[in-house]
Amino acid sequence: MSDHLSASSWTVSTRTRGSAVSMLAILALVALAFAAPLFVSRSVVQDLFFILTMLVLAQCWNLLAGYAGLVSVGQQAFVGFGAYAMFAGVSLLGMDPMAAILLGGLAALALSVPTAFFVFRLQGAYFAIGTWVIAEIVRLSLAQWKALGGGTGTSLPSGATRDMVGVRFVADLLGVRGPQATDIVCYWLALFLAVVTIGSIYKLLRSKQGLGLAAVRDNREAARSVGVDPTWTKSFVYLVAALATGLAGALIYVQKARISPDAAFSVPDWTAYVIFIVVIGGIGTIEGPIVGVIVFYILQSLLADYGSWYLLILGLIGILIMLFAPRGLWGLFADRTGLQLFPVRRILAGQPKPKDIRGSD
Amino acid sequence: MALLETHGLTAFYGDFQALFGVDIALDESETVAVIGANGAGKSTLLRSISGLIRNVPGQIRFDGREIGALAAPDVLQLGIAMVPEGRRLFPSLSVEENLLIGKYGRVGNGAWSLDSIYDLFPVLKERRHQPGTALSGGQQQMVAIGRGLMSNPRVLLCDEVSLGLAPVVVRDIYAAFPKIRATGASIVIIEQDIGQALKVADRVYCMMEGRVTLSGTPATLSREDIHAAYFGAHAR
Amino acid sequence: MSWLDTILQGILLGGLYALFAAGLALVFGIMRLVNLAHGDLIVLAAFLILLLVSALGLNPFIAAAVALPVMFALGWALQFLVLNRTLGNDILPPLLVTFGLSVVIQNGLLEGFSADSRRISAGALETASLQIGPISIGTMPLLTFLSAVGVIVALNLVFYRTSLGRAFRATSDDSATAGLMGIRAERIFATATGLAMMVVTIAALYLGTRANFDPTMGPARLIYAFEAVIIGGLGSFWGTLAGGIIIGVAQTVGAAINPEWQILAGHIAFLLVLLVRPRGLFPRAVD
Repeated sequence: MSDHLSASSWTVSTRTRGSAVSMLAILALVALAFAAPLFVSRSVVQDLFFILTMLVLAQCWNLLAGYAGLVSVGQQAFVGFGAYAMFAGVSLLGMDPMAAILLGGLAALALSVPTAFFVFRLQGAYFAIGTWVIAEIVRLSLAQWKALGGGTGTSLPSGATRDMVGVRFVADLLGVRGPQATDIVCYWLALFLAVVTIGSIYKLLRSKQGLGLAAVRDNREAARSVGVDPTWTKSFVYLVAALATGLAGALIYVQKARISPDAAFSVPDWTAYVIFIVVIGGIGTIEGPIVGVIVFYILQSLLADYGSWYLLILGLIGILIMLFAPRGLWGLFADRTGLQLFPVRRILAGQPKPKDIRGSD
Repeated sequence: MALLETHGLTAFYGDFQALFGVDIALDESETVAVIGANGAGKSTLLRSISGLIRNVPGQIRFDGREIGALAAPDVLQLGIAMVPEGRRLFPSLSVEENLLIGKYGRVGNGAWSLDSIYDLFPVLKERRHQPGTALSGGQQQMVAIGRGLMSNPRVLLCDEVSLGLAPVVVRDIYAAFPKIRATGASIVIIEQDIGQALKVADRVYCMMEGRVTLSGTPATLSREDIHAAYFGAHAR
Repeated sequence: MSWLDTILQGILLGGLYALFAAGLALVFGIMRLVNLAHGDLIVLAAFLILLLVSALGLNPFIAAAVALPVMFALGWALQFLVLNRTLGNDILPPLLVTFGLSVVIQNGLLEGFSADSRRISAGALETASLQIGPISIGTMPLLTFLSAVGVIVALNLVFYRTSLGRAFRATSDDSATAGLMGIRAERIFATATGLAMMVVTIAALYLGTRANFDPTMGPARLIYAFEAVIIGGLGSFWGTLAGGIIIGVAQTVGAAINPEWQILAGHIAFLLVLLVRPRGLFPRAVD
């Protein structure tokens, strides 16, 4: 039967019905988000900033755990290191915060190289705790850096964020005061970072490397046998995730303007929340972290007054989802509707020639 | 009524169907051989009986009970022990420990103990403290059979006992079967080596492509019949 | 403080870390499960002992003896009802479920006992010490170390001298074939976690009597335990003791140089061992 098939009647595509529509909807949503500071209050802008930065962290963790099978419990290493590098750039080198954010990302990338060397000697669960040990080492080392406040931490020089590139311009343009303009600039940076992160991950997953990644996740040996180098592929993903995580960490701390080792390397803030966002939303999908971060924000708003009950409930939800709906809320939704906003699955489209249809059945 | 029987047994590996309505029966103290080529479904049959594969409850009956859906430990507790294909000794356990673990789930009352197994296979006693996997293939097979006997089973299922062994070693191992039969146990032997199977078995089933294609006593089956059932020479 | 004294204190501290680690090694060795809530379970057990001491006025050692079966039952049920569902080829479910459990235990303890530091009073034992020549050894640290040795001897006996131990090893080798021997893997796993929780209870006794503890200190104990397991390798429980001692000595030597370097020195020792011997000092033959 394959003799009769002309190769040209089949095409491989990752598009699904509705994916073009969803692209338009996403573009509209991004445009709306860009315009948001014009018509929402400062506290809403701050909340949106929080959501977007958590989304970036969640997408990075999901890329590692959901696509590359690298379960890291130590991404706070890159959040904290990026943030500290930004602080060093601003406080010690007198850099503009905007440039220092880039420095933070690059520093995290630089840290990820020796880190990868160590943790890639560890498999599976050992990898997870290995990344955690690295994060602890970085935290304890930076706590020794007296110029940045040692164990107690420090604040950005007063006025540093007000003088950041673009803040004055935004303040004049929108007629708002300096601190509010800083929040708006940070928010736009977070929006930009989130869009670029999601776009890059989407592009990566649709590329040949992305296919290799899926192959490595599903069967390491088989992937090797068809010429995918699992170590190289995983290392690449690890470095990229470190870069984006470091950028997000630096950006978060530009907005916070105060840093301490315990806060910047906090396991609950930068890893536990992030893991729950991904697990609740749906691991191994781009949509999952988006859904997860929204659910996370709603839960936080509802339960913020209940202190540790909040994390306790989040933990229980995470456990229940992992046990009974391991593909998360988005997985449940997608199974029922077949909807995919970011289709990465390759679909064989086309049809056999009419002659073959008559021949079969 | 037979001690152990299957009725229209079907078995699946995911979407792949491996057995298509297999009927076999085993009487008390009887030895039955199931022969057939690779992929005929012989091992699937034993894996189904032993509980490694779950089946429809009523498709396998043992001593009047429906056991098709039972898990392996439950099947063993009823008195059906298995000598798995490839011997499957535990690498972390010594020879003696490999034997002792055979009675973890069921002690049973009967002839078999460490001493009587060392009598059956004296070479194992010399090597009792070595790791099971340090032995030669034939000795490992002896351990696997001994391990199966330690629970004093009413039925012993033997999957490809001769696989990968030299003919002289196979003869040594099969020499033990009359002694095992003498204790009253019923035995199911899966074999590709037809000669050995016909020598020890009271009755023979021949399988092909997940179905029983021939059955009878060794005396009544001609070489041509077996050849046809084994290789599917007759028209399907 | 002399160097000899420093190193001796480190070795004794290593006993505590070996106690943290032994349960982790037991569970990982049998079912390849890394329980990220292990440290929090140690803290939970410490609070249980504290509760028994303060509510019933028990001696801490008696209280720990009462806590042993409770923790065994908790571990058994946790494994049988929850963790067994997560086992399989995919490493994500066990890691994420135990991570969630860690967060739940920590915050549950915070709700129940607040963030205050607590200590289980061991009376005069706390300050007692033995004088051997120029060196003074605290009775509690010595007791901790001897308990670690005792726990490891006991685990070795169970593992290599009992029917249960054979079943542990057989299930770890090949759980399907173990099933043919009548071994129910899900119960073996539950029993293993129950045993691990008994070791955890002993660790908690010393955690709680030697120093202050609070609900958030579990994760750091998990890391020390994990480092000791990796350094030791999975071939022997004695390796876990060796791993604990290496972390303990590195920490006390680091602290002797600069008190702020204590924890860091332990982590760096771990990285160095990992660099030289990725599979630990006593690797398992078959893995």
